[in-house]
Amino acid sequence: MFGYYFDLALRSLGRNKVLTALMVLAIALGIGASMTTLTVLHVLSGDPLPGRSSNLYAPQLDPRDLSDYQPQAEPPDQVTWTDGMNLLQAKRADRQALMTGGSVAIQPAQSALQPFYETARYTTADFFPMFGVPFQYGHTWGAAEDAASAAVVVLSGKLNDKLFGGRDSTGRMLRVEGYALRIIGVLGDWRSNPHFYDLNVKNYGGDEGVYVPLSTSQALHLTHIGGASCWGSGGADATPAAPCVWLQFWVQLDTPVKAEAYRQFLIHYSQEQKTLGRFQRPPNVRLRNLMQWLDYEQAVPGDVQLQTWLALGFLLVCLVNTVGLMLAKFLRRSAELAVRRALGASQRALFMQLLVESGVIGLAGGLGGLLLAYLGLWLVRRQPADYASLAHLDGAMLLLTILLAVGASLLAGVLPAWRACRIAPGLQLKST
Amino acid sequence: MDIRPILSTLRRHKITAWLLILEIALTCAIVCNAVFLIHQRLQRMDIPSGIAEHDLLQIKFAYIGDRPDAYAQAQTDLVTLRQIAGAQAVALANQLPLSGYDMSTSGLKLRPHQQKNSLEAASYYGQNLLATLGVRLISGRDFQPDELIDLKAVMPALHSDDMKNLPHTVIVAQAVAARLWPGQRALGKTIYVGDDIPLQVVGVSAPLARPDNLQMGAQYSIVFPIRLTATEGGSYVIRTAPEDREQVLKSALAALKRLDPNRIVLEQRTYDELRDGYFQDDRAMAGMLVGVIAALLIVTALGIAGLASFWVGQRRRTIGVRRALGATRGNILHYFQTENFLLATIGIALGMVLAYGINVFLMLHYELPRLPVIYFPVGAIALWLIGQLAVLGPALRAAAVPPVVATRSV
Repeated sequence: MFGYYFDLALRSLGRNKVLTALMVLAIALGIGASMTTLTVLHVLSGDPLPGRSSNLYAPQLDPRDLSDYQPQAEPPDQVTWTDGMNLLQAKRADRQALMTGGSVAIQPAQSALQPFYETARYTTADFFPMFGVPFQYGHTWGAAEDAASAAVVVLSGKLNDKLFGGRDSTGRMLRVEGYALRIIGVLGDWRSNPHFYDLNVKNYGGDEGVYVPLSTSQALHLTHIGGASCWGSGGADATPAAPCVWLQFWVQLDTPVKAEAYRQFLIHYSQEQKTLGRFQRPPNVRLRNLMQWLDYEQAVPGDVQLQTWLALGFLLVCLVNTVGLMLAKFLRRSAELAVRRALGASQRALFMQLLVESGVIGLAGGLGGLLLAYLGLWLVRRQPADYASLAHLDGAMLLLTILLAVGASLLAGVLPAWRACRIAPGLQLKST
Repeated sequence: MDIRPILSTLRRHKITAWLLILEIALTCAIVCNAVFLIHQRLQRMDIPSGIAEHDLLQIKFAYIGDRPDAYAQAQTDLVTLRQIAGAQAVALANQLPLSGYDMSTSGLKLRPHQQKNSLEAASYYGQNLLATLGVRLISGRDFQPDELIDLKAVMPALHSDDMKNLPHTVIVAQAVAARLWPGQRALGKTIYVGDDIPLQVVGVSAPLARPDNLQMGAQYSIVFPIRLTATEGGSYVIRTAPEDREQVLKSALAALKRLDPNRIVLEQRTYDELRDGYFQDDRAMAGMLVGVIAALLIVTALGIAGLASFWVGQRRRTIGVRRALGATRGNILHYFQTENFLLATIGIALGMVLAYGINVFLMLHYELPRLPVIYFPVGAIALWLIGQLAVLGPALRAAAVPPVVATRSV
């Protein structure tokens, strides 16, 4: 029966070409616009580390003084050097890394390349295994190098391509800010979008070119880049002694039980620091996992959300439009439907036939919408925003486009089909 | 024209009529809000920076390694740049208006030991700053050359309460003065920054925009008498005639490279380019909104036209009978136009309520202001026009139905 209805639907599409074209166009425009913005939203709010993100947490403490104190206020989203080091050395989590951002001058050995600046990440060793960062060549550094402020560096694959043409560069020296650092590893394909572990730098497309042990960056006085928030007085920004938060601390906790235990540890630590006189506020800790963290930090740009709402509103208008046009089309065929009714087709059968027809319109509209979404995403990629280059349609979104189009047009078809199959056959037959 | 027959006809096509009304209402609501969003963006892009935008160039360098002689080098650089043909004035600045990142801000207090800051202002400093940027002083004076303190001396002094190496004076922008001392003379007043460091206001400048965070007060800026170098993040700002900019930029880069080849150029641009870059997201968003509005209006117009032609087809016989009974072509035309006007009016009325609702939602979630009342009549007129344009074709076709149709078939 379905095959027959499908055949009928195709024939009917050709009969009212203008109305059909209008409906397909409306659905295609609505689907195209919604899928473009939904894809951008999907890419931007996606999980940067699927499979790992639920075990990664960003602990927050409140080391500030009492000026401007409000109970229940959120603690700062970074940590001080002292707290970071204390938590790191406590080793209460399965893995932990303390890090911050920077920018360093690279002086290539080849004279063909001018010196240039590269974004850097200064971190302790667990960064790589904790975030599952793949290595192309070589390996990461360990606790020994962290403790010894070893002059070592890990390069991103992109920087290795630029400096060494993609060849294995481990063991060679790289001049960074005038110091010679030994290259011990080159990363594989690693990008984190959004740049979840430090949203102060750049939310999207802000991946670093060089990775240096945190202790080494301090010993060599490498430049810090990123947010620093200070209180009171007693030292310059972003230095170990300053009353400033400027480092990011991440931990891996493999079970919820461990996470709860870690939260208790943070409260206990805050109390202890208050007793020692370092903290002045009552314990105020948070332990958000990666996705909760992104949500709290509102990593997805407001403009993208606004565009999504706008596109969904547009899709709604297109659907209302389609309902109206479908109603017109189905009612115009009252005579034909009446004949089928008179020949014994049930209302149910007519309803099904008309729904299949709306589904076919939806399918055609969906294909058109897909083309428009490709066009829309191409336009998005030409935009200046830093997330622009990420806007690509993946398999899941492709399927969703077709499902959304067919689903939406079936929904739009329900009312007209129901209205059209309720005709009284006798009356219609008489009038023709 | 009598609208009663129209209403009784519409009552027989309730579903279709309501669908049309709903579509017009949704379109009206979305278009009103989208136009408002565009207006907001344009207004933001229109903000005055307060400086001589078309006359300025920015060059920013980075150096490799430590530079003990940075202040002497900066002085040499400034002198060299000033000698370039076409350069009218040269400055070193820590940041520029609308450059996209508040590198330096200060919380201002009116009294020592004040718990909360009275306001947070962007802090500018550098050599020869206001004169080069072209910011006028409304009252008071600019800093004397001997008043400027080196940034490298200020930084340690900040934390050791060594008052000798801290600035004692400040120039505030008009907006700051008006906010802190409404209706009073700002000159000679004292503000406190950081750990209660007192600063006397010696000048009030014309408006000067912040680098970023415009929502915190777009014109809240102050100027400190501090000198800095390119190693401390300063950039060279050159003032020249708009037509000389390209040439001056080229000669300036060459001259600076000649003085010290061991530096990396981070930025070399006109201020106009900098400003364009700052607003590029707003421009893209406004463009996208215009696209959506256009698509929305087209879809709605096509929907109205489609349904109207369906109605015309359905009522061919009725139209024929009316023509046969003496109705003119004009009567038939007006009938369909009035019908559309009625539907549009109900749709617009509903749309206004919806537009208000959407605006309230946006105000809650995206910090938008209230939709001004002027958008309602403008939106209404736009949709009436769209409706009339869309219905014109089908209505003309209806008017062309000959009376003889009434006599054909049963």
